[in-house]
Amino acid sequence: MRPAVLTGEYFMTGDVACAEGALAAGCRFFGGYPITPATEVAEHIAGRLPEVGGTFIQMEDEIAAMASIIGASCAGVKSMTSTSGPGFSLMMENIGLAICTETPCVVVNVQRAGPSTGLPTQGAQGDMMQARWGSHGHYDIIALAPSSPQEIFYQTIDAFNLSETYRLPVLIMTDEMIGHLSERVVIPDAKKIKTVSRPRPKGRKDRFKPFEPGPNGVAPMAHAGEGYHIHVTGLTHDERGYPVMTVEAQKAMMAQLMGKIQRNLDDIIRTEAYRLEDAEVVIVSYGVSARTSLAAVDEAREQGIKAGLLRLVTVWPFPEAQIRNLAKKVKGFVTVEINLGQIHLEVERCAAGKVPSFLVGHPGGTIITPERVVEALKEFF
Amino acid sequence: MKQIKKQVRHPLDDLLRIDRIPHIWCPGCGIGTAFSSCLIAMRESGIDLEKTVMVSGIGCSGRGAGYVNLDSYHTTHGRAIPFATGMKLANPELNVVVFSGDGDLFAIGGNHFIHAARRNVDLTVVCVNNFTYGMTGGQVAATTPLKAKTTTTPVGNPDTPFNLPLLAYASGATYVARWTILHTRDLTESIEEALLNRGFSFIEVLSPCPVNYGRRNKENGIDSLKIYQERTIIRNDAQPWELDIDFDRGIVLGKFIQTERPTCTDRYDNTCRPKELIEGEKGLE
Repeated sequence: MRPAVLTGEYFMTGDVACAEGALAAGCRFFGGYPITPATEVAEHIAGRLPEVGGTFIQMEDEIAAMASIIGASCAGVKSMTSTSGPGFSLMMENIGLAICTETPCVVVNVQRAGPSTGLPTQGAQGDMMQARWGSHGHYDIIALAPSSPQEIFYQTIDAFNLSETYRLPVLIMTDEMIGHLSERVVIPDAKKIKTVSRPRPKGRKDRFKPFEPGPNGVAPMAHAGEGYHIHVTGLTHDERGYPVMTVEAQKAMMAQLMGKIQRNLDDIIRTEAYRLEDAEVVIVSYGVSARTSLAAVDEAREQGIKAGLLRLVTVWPFPEAQIRNLAKKVKGFVTVEINLGQIHLEVERCAAGKVPSFLVGHPGGTIITPERVVEALKEFF
Repeated sequence: MKQIKKQVRHPLDDLLRIDRIPHIWCPGCGIGTAFSSCLIAMRESGIDLEKTVMVSGIGCSGRGAGYVNLDSYHTTHGRAIPFATGMKLANPELNVVVFSGDGDLFAIGGNHFIHAARRNVDLTVVCVNNFTYGMTGGQVAATTPLKAKTTTTPVGNPDTPFNLPLLAYASGATYVARWTILHTRDLTESIEEALLNRGFSFIEVLSPCPVNYGRRNKENGIDSLKIYQERTIIRNDAQPWELDIDFDRGIVLGKFIQTERPTCTDRYDNTCRPKELIEGEKGLE
């Protein structure tokens, strides 16, 4: 029997590293459904969960998988699911339920090219706006984008920690290239891994209001079967969790759901800069595309273009302030992503006409090479 | 002399969120009766109510979770069962009761029902069958009788309804019963048995919807109850395939199935967990 934290050095795929990261983060329930290229996350964790006291279930579809992880989280167990485009579409309604009921959980999307069945075995980054807006209504979300198997291990832990801290579903928006890439992954000692659990109620059970924010703006979470007699609904509700069908209640609930993210952007947003200090041209990228962009920065500099990279480690919430600040001092932006312009639109919005913003995009199925990025830089600037 | 008005308490008040009453159910609706039976059964069964959870989907019956003064979860349309499955598997100590309607459980949620029954997830599913989508104003359901009029079948339903007990039995449920809201004692007793049954338990409760179903089919609330009295027959030994909903021929009620088979959690533990874990404690952290 292997321990939950598999300390050691391995050669593993991004999908497997993601599953191991989940276990290290304390995930003990996984509701899944097979889909290329995310299947290996479920396959790996299916074998691992029973030996660490957790539970794996392959549900009848992705709608059920998403519902099951919300149910498990409400019962007090850290939970996760993984999927790709078509399954991600099916999960959208229940992602909204987790948002509205403030239920922590983690959803991994190993992206493939769409729309529809698309290119099932070939990667893309075409679901980034779906991650932001895919469930109906207005809401804020947290989404991360790993660039290597090693990073997906740590990001999965981070995703659980953010999800538990702020009580919402956190999305890991990886892609087929990272999911199926085998690389060296180092798993540290269990003691060195910081895990966070949701805030929990104290005090009298009969006075507890399940959606009353605590000191940090996040409501403590009572679990099913603890005697708090809580009511949890996807309807617009007040602090007691009771449905209230008024404009005022909607306003108050939305302020709570959005506010806990908006007030903590500094704690949530993670970016990484590469040769950005003196850069005149900023490449904005994430996931596998950020990795190919790294080489492009070095090559462009050799050819006399002062390029730098802003890697989005979290893609949502979008680092608006950072882009706005950069727009004051650089010549322009180039967004590199395997879609036909999604995060590009965000960069353009935040550059707000101060400097030009270009896209190096691709409809999906393969990576964007460093050569192509360098060519584009030469063309644009 | 000052008259002191004595507060009259309903015997189920301690199980209700009385600050949420009045409820949304229409005059003549049967959901309240089915809900009362469910609450009485929960209390009478002796199960630990602090460890008991009610999960609902969307619809009139789906509002049940909002009125019970226990841990209660009002989920998305059709998804009460997979939500409840995750909850039960994550914490097998919980008693999980799904209280929802026919549209929620058998149209949009039909796939989840058959799979939870197949796995024998230890849930108690109470389905209030009012033959229609009440909350949206009375559209045809997967349970609407043949030729009945609804807003989306204005000249009559061309499709045959589900035989729900047969579906539950064929899918693997270990307890299957059908009653009407007129048969409250039998219904309460059945829910009590279902709560104590280890495994997937299903109870169909036929219930009038005079406002959105009855009115279009020349059937007021009293008519429905008369039909439940006159055109039903109790046959506990009936075969599941004899339970079609056909009011002209009569509706069979009763407890049809009560059997034992390992639950989803039993099988998972025995099949998937390392032997030393089952013997010892919870596992390595």
